Amino acid sequence: MREWRSGELGVLLLALTIAVASLTGVGFLVNRIGAAVDLQATEVLAADVRLGSPQPISQVPLDEAARRGVRATRSTRLLSVVFQGDQSQLTNIHAVSPGYPLRGHVLVANAPFVKGEVAAGIPPSGEVWPDSRLLAATGGKVGSMLAIGAATFRVSHVLISLPDQGGTFADLAPSLLMNMQDLPATQLIQPGSRVSYSVLFAGDRGRIDDFKSWLLLNKKPAERLRDIRDASPQIKSATERAGRFLSLASLVSVLLCAIAVAMSARRYVHRRLDVVALMKTLGATSGFTLSVSLLQLLAIACVAAIAGSGVGFLAQEWLLRALRGLFNTELPPANLLPLVLGFMTAIALLVGFALPSLLQLARVPAMRVLRRDVGPAPMLVLLAFGPAVAVIAFLIWWVVRDAKLFLDFSSGLAGFVTLLAGAGWLLVHLAGRLRGSVGVAWRYGVANLSRRRAESVLQIVAFGTGIMVLLLLSIVRNHVQDSWRHSLPEDLPNYFFINIPPTEREAFVDFLKARGAQTSRVLPMIRGRLTAINDRPIEGAQSAGDGENFAAREQNLTWESELGADNSVVEGRWWTRADFGKPLVSLATEFQDSLHVRVGDRLTFDIAGESVTATVGSIRKVKWDSFQPNFFIVFAPGVIDNTAGTYMTSAYFRPAGASSLAQLARRFPSVSIFDIDDLLARVRSVVDKAVLAVQSVFVFTVFAGLTVLLAAVQSSRDERRFESAMLRTLGASRSVVLQGVLAEFTVLGLLSGLLASVGASIAGYFVATRVLELPYGFDPSVWAWGLMGGALLVVLSGWLATRSVVNQPPLTTLRANA
Amino acid sequence: MTIVDDVSLDIAAGESVAVVGASGAGKSTLLALLAGLDTPTSGKIWLAGADLTALDEDGRARLRAQRVGFVFQAFHLVPALTALENVMLPLELAGRGDARSAAIEALERVGLGRRIGHYPRQLSGGEQQRVALARAFVTAPAVLFADEPTGNLDTVTGERVGALLFELNAQTRTTLVLVTHEDKLAARCQHTLHMDAGRLL
Repeated sequence: MREWRSGELGVLLLALTIAVASLTGVGFLVNRIGAAVDLQATEVLAADVRLGSPQPISQVPLDEAARRGVRATRSTRLLSVVFQGDQSQLTNIHAVSPGYPLRGHVLVANAPFVKGEVAAGIPPSGEVWPDSRLLAATGGKVGSMLAIGAATFRVSHVLISLPDQGGTFADLAPSLLMNMQDLPATQLIQPGSRVSYSVLFAGDRGRIDDFKSWLLLNKKPAERLRDIRDASPQIKSATERAGRFLSLASLVSVLLCAIAVAMSARRYVHRRLDVVALMKTLGATSGFTLSVSLLQLLAIACVAAIAGSGVGFLAQEWLLRALRGLFNTELPPANLLPLVLGFMTAIALLVGFALPSLLQLARVPAMRVLRRDVGPAPMLVLLAFGPAVAVIAFLIWWVVRDAKLFLDFSSGLAGFVTLLAGAGWLLVHLAGRLRGSVGVAWRYGVANLSRRRAESVLQIVAFGTGIMVLLLLSIVRNHVQDSWRHSLPEDLPNYFFINIPPTEREAFVDFLKARGAQTSRVLPMIRGRLTAINDRPIEGAQSAGDGENFAAREQNLTWESELGADNSVVEGRWWTRADFGKPLVSLATEFQDSLHVRVGDRLTFDIAGESVTATVGSIRKVKWDSFQPNFFIVFAPGVIDNTAGTYMTSAYFRPAGASSLAQLARRFPSVSIFDIDDLLARVRSVVDKAVLAVQSVFVFTVFAGLTVLLAAVQSSRDERRFESAMLRTLGASRSVVLQGVLAEFTVLGLLSGLLASVGASIAGYFVATRVLELPYGFDPSVWAWGLMGGALLVVLSGWLATRSVVNQPPLTTLRANA
Repeated sequence: MTIVDDVSLDIAAGESVAVVGASGAGKSTLLALLAGLDTPTSGKIWLAGADLTALDEDGRARLRAQRVGFVFQAFHLVPALTALENVMLPLELAGRGDARSAAIEALERVGLGRRIGHYPRQLSGGEQQRVALARAFVTAPAVLFADEPTGNLDTVTGERVGALLFELNAQTRTTLVLVTHEDKLAARCQHTLHMDAGRLL
């Protein structure tokens, strides 16, 4: 245990703990979010598996489910008119049975347009829960009576949200929840009625999977099966991608810690060489010395794994608190997989970065006791660096699990490090040049910096990285978002209105204008599906995963005679009067990007059962943040004009209050109203939280940088002790010696801060101008924070680490060195 | 354990004194006490008119900066600094404004005028000790303490360095206190003190 006092093992343990904490912190978080997403995604169907049919579904699947221990309930949906007195409204009626919803929650309240609470069960027989829009349309409230078909019902609650609401644009009508027992009384279901029957199933994954296999074999042809796992692949893949990104971010800390491990190990071995040589003369074998060291390392790995996982867990809890509001649900508890990862990381780091040095220990010749300059034979470069590279590669692969991403990240990291190292080296060199013009303490400090060049560069890179990323993220978080907001004009449309009936088009616009709104152009919206490109059916198209999803969905089509001011043609040409009636279509650049179509290609659409083929006449770049109505796919006039559809528009509208909106909803019951401000606020909040999450991960990187500093200071501790004694002998007072030390660290910190500020500014410039197309001005706060932060951080830590060195009286050290 | 016991001596300004004795006799400790690097358990020491025992660590450091020069067995140059910067150190610590020119001159006097920009690792043992001599003499100290100055040098180089030491000493008329086990070097001093088991004989 004497070895602990020299501190190398302590730094080793610290480095390992931080590395483990960094990886497991992210690991726990990602693990829990993934589980939550899986759970939440199950809400979309209100079940794990949903069987749907236009015909009533027999009792057979329900019986089978019961037999297998799978929960089941029925649900029926139909579109019908609901009356309150003379007022009527077309409504999506959801008739449900006890047990609904099997996944997710129904939210209700006692007034419309307020925050809801989880409902207990389903509406009792004789009661209904209409949603806010429906109440506004019919002029009812809680306690009113609504007539549905031949029956009347009392409104006992307002429905705020349903888990299986359906798509957003697809909703033609408001919703109402009622008890399935009451359906016969309404006499709504007649032969020829368009009704959607469903049975919902939920249970343990294993049982559900078995049951699903049974269903696939035994279902009727008209019946359609939907599994939750297919329902939200996009959310899941986005979450996975985010998780991987966060893990990669934490890897940066791990890599820095690895360097600290290597430095400490080397120092530890260096100190032990003499002792081990002596033990060999006393008869100890190489194997013995090696095994002793290995056992010590194993013990350290265990402690680091446990401590690190503990810290990681706490970090994750803290992070969750900060991210509250991003998730609607409580995240499920994590499983123990991250712990395993933590332990593996500790072992891997030791194997890769400490073991090669340790092997040297086993190879020191006993001869060393006689001739001190005899050391172990130099290692093959392969043996020295091979394990390290292998471990790094392994860790990156473990996180990424994707060959392309692995290559991208590795090469990106290598390039980044090289660039930083080059910049760091340059800075140290320049600082060295300046030393003629400063006082003795500063000159001494800078001289030391230049002499320990490799270490200085290493530390500048280590700190620079952490501080730079933090700076860049705060630039993104604050500056960029504000810049975007300010670049938008004041009277930008803040509402979108969808599903305006064709007959009400004029009236709607008049209604808005009468209330002081500034309306935009009104465009028709027609539903259609892309079925073929150049006569090749879509299922066979060779497009990226995203493109497939994109094309297979129902598209919103429109036709327009004039090119909007916020559109610019980048390929082909817009149509003239002469082209009206020709089957021409214009695509937005995003649509072109995902499907790789060109001007001249022929696209075939299925619009309300009819096949329409059009040629791509132009590609437009759309300025979406004008918030004017814009479509990916625009037809020339005269092609699909007569197809039934609705209209949509946007407007700048500052309603006097909720009642104005209710008036609008009552007057035009089928119109869907989207509040843009609300949506943007939500988006901003999400982005904010995401950036905060990444920033938190990179805080570990700063800690890792500190550990590297600690390891470096430790390596030079003996030297520093000697030199400070030397200076004191020559007549320097304690404060002069201290100044020298502080000078060295201040310059180191300033250089790190400089590197970080430059890097963050450049990166910020690129992100703002190239990626987000926003102006980016010089931001002095970035530089101030970078330089000051770097200097303060390094000086404080460096001083703490070398304090004891400065205070030693000169004699003891000089003697010891003589 | 008593390292130096009941020692009483006077060294007049301008004298050169050699302290000789077997290893472990306490020579280096005596030197350290005289130079103010260590404090006696009992007794008093006056150096260049100042009561060393009454000063604190920083006070002794100030005294050393102004009145004392050192030459060590292991040279003890600062590895991070060039020869010139090493020689400038004591001048700067004393607050002298002409540090650079004085240092150049001192290095020329020891014959290293062309090596001022070199680092210690680029100099041989003898050259390093000559830099140390330059550093020791550059402040024109009242007293010079030398602890086995030729101990790490071979015979030939040692003789040359020894000669240089006495030459410089004669030029500046510094008081010299020299600890050595080499008789030839001790013989060049005016007085010799013999130490055995911590006592002066």
